[in-house]
Amino acid sequence: MHELSLAGGIVKLVEDAQARDHFKRVSHLRLEAGALAGVEVRALRFALDAVSPGTCLEGARIDIDEPAGTAWCMRCAASVSIASRTDPCPSCGGHQIQPTGGTELRVLDLLVHND
Amino acid sequence: MCVVCGCANPTATPPEQAHVAVNASTGDLHYGAGAARVSVPGMSQARAIKLEADVLGENNRIAATNRAHFASHGVTAYNLVSSPGSGKTTLLCATIEFLKQHAPNLPLAVIEGDQQTSNDADRIRATGASAIQVNTGKGCHLDAQMVADAFGRLDLHGHSHAHGHGHAGHAHDHHHAESLLFIENVGNLVCPAMWDLGEAAKIAILSVTEGEDKPLKYPDMFAAAKLMVLNKTDLLPYLDFDVPKCIEYARRVNPGIEVLLVSAKTGAGLDAWVEWLMHPQD
Repeated sequence: MHELSLAGGIVKLVEDAQARDHFKRVSHLRLEAGALAGVEVRALRFALDAVSPGTCLEGARIDIDEPAGTAWCMRCAASVSIASRTDPCPSCGGHQIQPTGGTELRVLDLLVHND
Repeated sequence: MCVVCGCANPTATPPEQAHVAVNASTGDLHYGAGAARVSVPGMSQARAIKLEADVLGENNRIAATNRAHFASHGVTAYNLVSSPGSGKTTLLCATIEFLKQHAPNLPLAVIEGDQQTSNDADRIRATGASAIQVNTGKGCHLDAQMVADAFGRLDLHGHSHAHGHGHAGHAHDHHHAESLLFIENVGNLVCPAMWDLGEAAKIAILSVTEGEDKPLKYPDMFAAAKLMVLNKTDLLPYLDFDVPKCIEYARRVNPGIEVLLVSAKTGAGLDAWVEWLMHPQD
């Protein structure tokens, strides 16, 4: 359940932004959790619901983009799409692949209000 | 709105159906197979703030500080990760005893992570090595701040201070470890994969009583590890554990992972293991 720690990190990033930009509440938060980021999006939502009450994130709509995984296949010398780290290369079936995308876990942007 | 997943109507569309793939023949559930949820335009009268900030950025910043701190003290740190019961602490005790025989002047210390009890730190201290127990409470992993706090309390840190903090201008020879810090993470093959502690390498310990498909079941951890250590090899004659298959599985998720076989109980393979620890490759 490391998603609870991650949710705490998300709240901290938003509160740091609040300290810089002086807003009162967040109506909309957009996150990015790649398919290979090691994050269970359902658990992350549950954790955000648990930690946001009492913060400026309370009541905010939260959207989570889930970019697909991409990897470099050394045999094909090409970029390929994978859904998980255990997937073989869809072209050659080999496992000589290294993830290159879909590993990110980021706060993208937020809509904030002063009222 | 459903508070668990944010789906619009939990009665009409049970959350399970909204984002869980069900294998029709076996009934297996796979979370995380759902379509990407994309963003929706915002509201008027609102300001948009672009952050594009890494959620783990704060941890990674502290981990980078730890890494620099370790380097300035000539400390090579290893983050030992595994499921509970793989024999991490027994392997550490055997490693410490081995080093006492073969490198008696090598400074070393251990940071022990568990949810509760100081049992593991007590076992390490019984060997004569210094150890700090970190109890994470409800936490399922160590983070960089915990390691920073614990490192500051270790003799390894104080000992190095006697030689001057920072070693300004002194380039350490990183081909040979000057002192070792073992960080035994909370027994958990999922969460610790994501947290950089400032270590030179993550080392995944897998005991041969666990089943050779662990690297496929927990790919994030084996992808993050530089070395996989197969422990309890003295039990191989009594088990069906397929060592080549396990290595093949590990290399599916991490083509570059190195593999060592050891038995902490009999000492088999400890020489190669210690050789690896003493000569960290960049």
